[in-house]
Amino acid sequence: MIPTLAAIDWHAVFFLLFAAVACGGAIAVVAADNVVRMALYLVLSLGATAGLFFLAGAEFVGAMQLMIYVGGTLVLLVFGVMLTAQAPFVSIKTTAGDRALATIVGLGLFGLLVTAGLSVEAWRQPGSHRLTEPAATPIGMALVGVRVDAPPANAPAAAVRSGYLLPFEIVSVHLLVVLVGAAYLARAKRRKTPRAIEVAASAEPPTAVAEHAAIGRSAGRAASVLTGGSV
Amino acid sequence: MVEFLFNTARFPFWLAWTVAAVVSAVLILNVIAGGALVFIWAERKIAGRIQDRLGPTRTGGRFGWLQSVADGIKLLAKEDLMPDGADGLLFRLAPYVSFCASFCAFICLPFAFDVVGQRLNVAVFFVVAVLGLEVFGVILAGYASASKWSLFGAMREAAQVVSYEVPLGMCVVVPVMLAGTMDMVTIAEKQAGWFWSWYLFHDPFTFVIFWVYVTCAVASVNRAPFDLAEAESELVAGFHTEYSGLRWSYFFMAEYGSMFLVSAMAAVLFLGGWNGPIPVATLAGLSEGTGDTAHYLVRLLGLANLLGKATLGVLVMMWIRWTLPRLRIDQVMSTCLKYCTPIAAAMFAGAMLWQVALPGGLVAGLSRPAGEIREGWLEGPGGKAAAAPAQATDEPAAVARVAP
Repeated sequence: MIPTLAAIDWHAVFFLLFAAVACGGAIAVVAADNVVRMALYLVLSLGATAGLFFLAGAEFVGAMQLMIYVGGTLVLLVFGVMLTAQAPFVSIKTTAGDRALATIVGLGLFGLLVTAGLSVEAWRQPGSHRLTEPAATPIGMALVGVRVDAPPANAPAAAVRSGYLLPFEIVSVHLLVVLVGAAYLARAKRRKTPRAIEVAASAEPPTAVAEHAAIGRSAGRAASVLTGGSV
Repeated sequence: MVEFLFNTARFPFWLAWTVAAVVSAVLILNVIAGGALVFIWAERKIAGRIQDRLGPTRTGGRFGWLQSVADGIKLLAKEDLMPDGADGLLFRLAPYVSFCASFCAFICLPFAFDVVGQRLNVAVFFVVAVLGLEVFGVILAGYASASKWSLFGAMREAAQVVSYEVPLGMCVVVPVMLAGTMDMVTIAEKQAGWFWSWYLFHDPFTFVIFWVYVTCAVASVNRAPFDLAEAESELVAGFHTEYSGLRWSYFFMAEYGSMFLVSAMAAVLFLGGWNGPIPVATLAGLSEGTGDTAHYLVRLLGLANLLGKATLGVLVMMWIRWTLPRLRIDQVMSTCLKYCTPIAAAMFAGAMLWQVALPGGLVAGLSRPAGEIREGWLEGPGGKAAAAPAQATDEPAAVARVAP
């Protein structure tokens, strides 16, 4: 309905804008030496990536990016950085050697990715700009095991019927295992001595001793001695 | 709008898009800023009445309705302070981050049928995702202020918002499940008719989960009784202790914007959106197809309806704020984890089972079966979505998508 009169390829303009913000933010994350500023630049970079997804018409992925990565950075910032901070403004100084090493590794990886990206024949041609109606429903339906998108005609019958339920379950169980493992590793190491309050409860001590025992775990040893004496 | 500017007003293509985008953005900005002005006045009046006072009475006539303007001038004239030890960049940036997150969520909030900045296929999800970002500004503010009070406020806010996102998400999923789509326009449209077709009255489970949503929404926008982040009895003013003047007012605008947003979202998800308790437009014989005037009238009525419901929601939040005492942080957490989350989960399961057991509703005709209209692509290429014109796409991203 609307004729194509745009002198400028606005898609490219917005793409370059978001890409510049994403890349600039990523570089700033590395260059900054304040942890909270790093988190800010990281959020900026990830947010611009979400913008790229929206630009590509992948609204669901874009919103996911905002929810998981940008929101996740937030949690990372709060619980990972601020709780471990000793000084009011945490700063991380990178030594020159580390910096040089990181530059070499980073540039190597960058070169590898660029070469790999350019080697794909289909990615070198400009896209056709023909987008179907973007919808999150096919993903959701496929997650519960109903493929509403058309699988290739020559696909085996099992592939037509199967959704993403099994991979999803495998991934979630995997994450659960990781979570349990992390909780196991991070748990406080406790000694096997019975807590004073348990000793006190089993011996039915006089009220004063029970109150003393209930003061806390730190006073446990003294309280247990007291309880033992009263028994 | 773009088509109108381009075809009728003979604007150049790029200018048409830009003007359309600017008009939408300015309109949304006015909803937030103008809304904040009105709501601050209303808050003062309501607080006054609840505490057996009069509230503002002098500025601007009998009801003190110019009070917000006077407040605004005072804020503009205030000295802009920054603590010596503060991190300058983050301190300056924080209010804008908060405000932008609140503003972004409005992009895909529908105000009436197709009166929406950008009709997103995943609008509900987008709003929930962006709303969670508002807390980032608060954390930055708390950190950059170099003040212990601010930092405590920010930490509390972070813990609270992150925990309340879980039950909030579960509440939001129920209408999405009933409608079979995350598109807010479609969700509201499916509750058209009398008030018993609202999702609030769809089944007992949605009725219960609505109140869980209300609790979580109040908590997620940090209103009392969940305003631990700025508990003035212990933390001076929490995260905005060190802020003054215009920067401080940005936090306030973000807060009132978010209040309006969660209320409007409650209206769209549970209270029929622009479909009123009584379908006035339909009873008067007006419908989308009966001509241009009727078309605009229907949307205007819908707009008034939704704004009315959202305003009512904000007023209820104020009523709650001046009625209930503030919770302690452990009470806030146990409300979330011990009550809201299990109730939301049980109600979600219940609503799901209800859909399976009684797909036609309890009494035929009273409750519409869910999922009768899925998105158009499910019905084939000639479906509803394919027929829907690409209108109301006033966002640059959409510009780029259409332009080759």
